[in-house]
Amino acid sequence: MTGTTTETDPAVDEPRGSGDAPVLEVRDLHVTFPGSGRNPDVTAVRGVSYSVRRGEVLGIVGESGSGKSVSSLAAMGLLPDHARVSGSIRLHGEELLGLGDRAMSAKRGAAIAMVFQDPLSGLTPVYTVGDQIAEAVRVHNPRIGRADAHRRAVELLELVGIPNAAQRAKAFPHEFSGGMRQRVMIAIAIANDPDVIICDEPTTALDVTIQAQILEVLKTARRETGAAIVMITHDLGVVAGFVDRVQVMYAGRLVEVGGVDDVYYRTRMPYTMGLLGSVPRLDEEEKAPLIPIAGNPPSLADLPPGCPFAPRCPLAVEACDAGEPPLVPVGGEGHTAACVRAGEIEEHGWTARDVYPVPEIPEPAAAAVPRADRATVLRVDGLVKHHPLMKGAVFKRRVGTVYAVDGITFDVREGETLGLVGESGCGKSTTLMEILSLDRPQQGTVEVLGKESGRSTAKERFAIRRDVQVVFQDPMSSLDPRMPVFEIIAEPLRTHGHPKERLRSRVHELLSLVGLDAAHASRYPQEFSGGQRQRIGIARALALEPRLLVLDEPVSALDVSIQAGVINLLDELKARLGLSYLFVAHDLSVVRHIADRVAVMYLGKIVEIGDVESIYRHPTHPYTQALLSAIPVPDPEKERTRSHIVLKGDLPNPAAPPSGCSFRTRCQKFAALDDTRRALCLEREPELTPAGGRSADQAAACHYAEERELL
Amino acid sequence: MGKFLVRRLLSYLVLIFLASSFAYILAATTLSPRTNFEQLQPRPSQEAIERELDHLNLNDNTPLAERYATWAAGVATGDFGQTITDRSVNEEIARKAGVTLRLIVVGTVVGCTVGVAIGAYAAVRQYRAFDKVTTAIAFVVLAVPTVVIAVSMREAARWFNDLTGRQYFQYGGEYTAGLDAGFWGMLFDRLQHGILPTLTLALALFAAFSRYQRNMMLDVLGSDFVRTAMAKGLTRRAALLKHALRTALIPTITYFTFTFGILLAGTTFTEKIYGWHGMGAWVVDSIVQNDVNAVAAVTCFMAVCVMAASFLSDILYAWLDPRVRVS
Repeated sequence: MTGTTTETDPAVDEPRGSGDAPVLEVRDLHVTFPGSGRNPDVTAVRGVSYSVRRGEVLGIVGESGSGKSVSSLAAMGLLPDHARVSGSIRLHGEELLGLGDRAMSAKRGAAIAMVFQDPLSGLTPVYTVGDQIAEAVRVHNPRIGRADAHRRAVELLELVGIPNAAQRAKAFPHEFSGGMRQRVMIAIAIANDPDVIICDEPTTALDVTIQAQILEVLKTARRETGAAIVMITHDLGVVAGFVDRVQVMYAGRLVEVGGVDDVYYRTRMPYTMGLLGSVPRLDEEEKAPLIPIAGNPPSLADLPPGCPFAPRCPLAVEACDAGEPPLVPVGGEGHTAACVRAGEIEEHGWTARDVYPVPEIPEPAAAAVPRADRATVLRVDGLVKHHPLMKGAVFKRRVGTVYAVDGITFDVREGETLGLVGESGCGKSTTLMEILSLDRPQQGTVEVLGKESGRSTAKERFAIRRDVQVVFQDPMSSLDPRMPVFEIIAEPLRTHGHPKERLRSRVHELLSLVGLDAAHASRYPQEFSGGQRQRIGIARALALEPRLLVLDEPVSALDVSIQAGVINLLDELKARLGLSYLFVAHDLSVVRHIADRVAVMYLGKIVEIGDVESIYRHPTHPYTQALLSAIPVPDPEKERTRSHIVLKGDLPNPAAPPSGCSFRTRCQKFAALDDTRRALCLEREPELTPAGGRSADQAAACHYAEERELL
Repeated sequence: MGKFLVRRLLSYLVLIFLASSFAYILAATTLSPRTNFEQLQPRPSQEAIERELDHLNLNDNTPLAERYATWAAGVATGDFGQTITDRSVNEEIARKAGVTLRLIVVGTVVGCTVGVAIGAYAAVRQYRAFDKVTTAIAFVVLAVPTVVIAVSMREAARWFNDLTGRQYFQYGGEYTAGLDAGFWGMLFDRLQHGILPTLTLALALFAAFSRYQRNMMLDVLGSDFVRTAMAKGLTRRAALLKHALRTALIPTITYFTFTFGILLAGTTFTEKIYGWHGMGAWVVDSIVQNDVNAVAAVTCFMAVCVMAASFLSDILYAWLDPRVRVS
C-alpha cells in the first residue's frame, strides 16, 4: 500500500440527511398479500405515511396483526415476493419501492438496518458471531480485508457491551444467551453506520433486566451512529421513555400520531385510550381493575366499511360506520387522530376511565378473614430439585448438578394469590412442575390441601388432582387442535366420573363462566383467538371445581388489550369461586395486579417474599429493586426522570452458582460495598430474614437488606 | 474431534467384521458347493471331491465352527481364501473392486450433487413449474425399481443408436476390449460405456436427495437468520446459498449414509444389466455357483463401502456443523 493516492469516495461527501430533511419517508404505503386458492386477499397495511429525521426516535405501537412489522419489512425490501406493495418509501429522497434485489441489498445494512424480535433464531447457527458481523462489514466494503473486518467485528462487539470481545467473537450463537445474541444483532445492524435502524420488538423475547440492558445498548448505538430509530413494539412502557414521537396502528392504519406526551396525556383516539387503560401499571397507588377492550381486532381479509375499531369502541356512533375517518389534527403540534369524535374527546378531556366501562371486581369473601386464620392450601417446605449433569455416550458419568430449585419454602392460604416471579431460568417453572407432579420431592416436602405429596396411594393422588388444576402459558399449544372445545372441557369431567346427563349443562355453564358463548362448544380451538383460547384453558382447569389453580405465565402470550380481560376474569373467578392461585410470571406489573403476596426467585432460591404492597412499595432485596426498576412505566414524564438500575450480565450458570450469596455477581449493592463488608456476601449464603420494617409480612435473603423507594 | 473419529473408526471395524461373519455363516449353511463338483461331467471320484472341498475350505462334513475359524484366520491375515474355481479371492477383488468403485463414486457424486441442487432450487421455487416438474420426475423414479430403469435406459439408448445410425451409447462392458486409441480415445470410449450405468445409479440418488433436500430447504427458507443475512445487505441469492443451503445441508449428510446401502443394492442390477464385471455382478454369480468365500468377501467389501460412506458423512457433518467440533 505504498504510493497510492487517496481517492475521494463520493458517498462520503454526500450530505447524509443534513438539516431537517427526513431520512426515511413513507407515503401512503399499502401492502397486500394475495390469498392463495379461494382465500381472500389480506391487506396488512392500508395507507401508512410517516417520516423520521436524523437522530429522532419514532415509536410504532400496535397489537399483533396491526401491520406494524409488515410496514417496516416493506421499507427493508424483505417482504416475500408475492406481496403487493404500493405507495412510496424514500430513503434520503431516493425511492426504494420498485428497486431490484441487487440495488436494494446495497441499501440494506448500509443505510437502513434492522434489529429483529427473536434473537435466538436470528443468527445462523453454523457461523461464529464474529464472522457474521464481519460479513455485514465486508458485504458493503468489498475492499476491506478479512483481518480488518474481523477487527471491526470485535470493536462492534465491545461497543454493544460484550465482555471479552476478542475471544467471544470466535464463539457460535448457541454459546450466547438471548440477551447476548440480541447485542450481536445490534452490532450487525450498526456495523455500517446506518442512517435508520428499524427495531422490530427488540426486547419482547427478553427478561426485563435484559430488556433494560438492550435499551441502553440501543441508546449507545443511536449516540454512536446518530441514526434515526424506528421502534416497533407493543409495550407502551418501552415507548414512553425511549421515543420522541409515537404512532399507534390498528388494522393496518395509523389511528393516532403525535409527540409522546401528547399521545399519552392528551389521548384523542379511543383505541389508544383502551391500550393505555389495559396496561397493568407499577406506578399506580391504588389497585384498580384493568380496562379491557371488548372483542377482537377485525380480520384484515374482510374489513367492514367505516372505522375498523367501531365494533369494539364504546364511543361508536352511527357516523363511525359511514366511512373510515382520516387522520385530522387534534390539539398539539403534529398530533393527529383518526376519530370522528376526537373533537368531543378533546372538549371533555375524557380518559380511558371515562370512556370505557370499568369492570366491577368483587372482593373475595376470604379477604375478610385474617391470613393467619385461613386454611393452608399449599405448603412447600425446603423443596429441592437438582438435575444431574451427565456426560459420555455409553458410560454416563455425573459431572455436575444443575441446582434448578434449591430449597424453597412458601405457603398459599385459601383465597390468596401468590405470585412467583423471576427471570427465565430461575426455577419458577420447575417449582410448578414439582408441585403438580404430586411425587415425593428430592428433598423437602410439598403439602397440597394438607396431604403430603409422595405419601399417598394412587387413588388418593387421583382425588387430589381434582383440587389442583393448571393453566399453561401458550394457549396455542395447550389445547388439542383435533378436539372440539366441548370435548376439551368435558375430558376432565369424564375422567373423574361426572354424571353423564349433567355433562352438557356443566360444559355450557363453564363456557359462560369464562365469558364465551356456549353455542361455540362444537368449534375447534383454531377458530378462536389467543385470548379466547386461554379462556378455554381456564374453563378446562375450572371444570372439576378445584381449590388451587396453578397458572404458568397465563397471559404472557396475549396482547395487552386481551390480557387485561383475562386478568380481570381471573380476579373475578377467584372472588366468586373462592379459589387460591399460584401465579407464575415474569411480568412484575401483571403480578402486582393480581397477586396478594409475591415471592421473588433467583437461581433456584427465594430471595424476597412478602405481601404485594410491601414488596412493590419498599423492596429490600437488591434483586427485587433491580427487577422493579427495570420495568418501564407507560408514563413519559415519570419514565424520563427515572433512573434505572441496570444489572450487569446474565443469570449465572445454575450448575455452578457463585459462592455465598448467589446474586453477588450481578448485585449493584455488592459492587458498592468495601472489601470487609463484601466478605460476608462471598462466604455466607444469606437466609430469608424478616425485614422488620413497616410490614410484618416481608422477608429478604440479603445480608445488607435495605428499603428503597423506586417509583 | 480426532478422538471422536478414531472411536468411530474402531466401532466400524467391529461392524464390518460382524457383517462379514454373518454373511459367511449364512452362505456356508445355505449354499452347497458340493453339488458343483458332483454335477461335473465326468463326475470326479468321491475322494477327489472331498479333497477339493477340503482344499477350498468348503467341505460341509467339516463342522461349521471349524470352517469359520479357518476362514476368519485367513481374513485376519488379509486372505479371503479361494473361489470355487480355485482362484485367489483377493486377486478377484483387486480386479473387480475398481470397476464397482468407479461406478459408485461417480454415480454418488453426480446423483447427490444434482439431487441437492435441484431439491434446493425447487424449494426456492416452491409450487412453480420447476418445482412441479422435478417433483413429478423424482416420484416416478422413486416408484420404479432400479432394474426397470436400467433396462429401459438400455433400450432407449439402443433405439437412439439405431435412429441416428451411430453408436453414441455403449451398453456392454466397461470399455471396448482391445481398443487402441491413445489416452483421449480410451477415455472417450470409457465415457461412452460409463454414461448409462452411472446415470442409472445417479437417477435413484437424485430422486431421493432432491425430495429430502427440498423439504430441508423449505424448513430454513423462512427462518429468521436468512432474513438477518438479507438485512445485512446480502442479496437473496447470496443469503440463500451461504446461510440457508449451508444449514439445510446438515441433515442431508446424515441421510447420505442411509441411502448408500440402497445404492449398493442397485449396483448389482446395474452391473449385471450393463455387463460390467464388478463386485455386484460377481456376488450374483457367486451365489449361483455356490461360492461361499466369494459371497463373504463381497459382503465384506460392501460393508467397508457403507462404513466408508458413514465415516465420510461424519467428517462432512463436522465440517458443515462446527457446533459438533466445539462441544
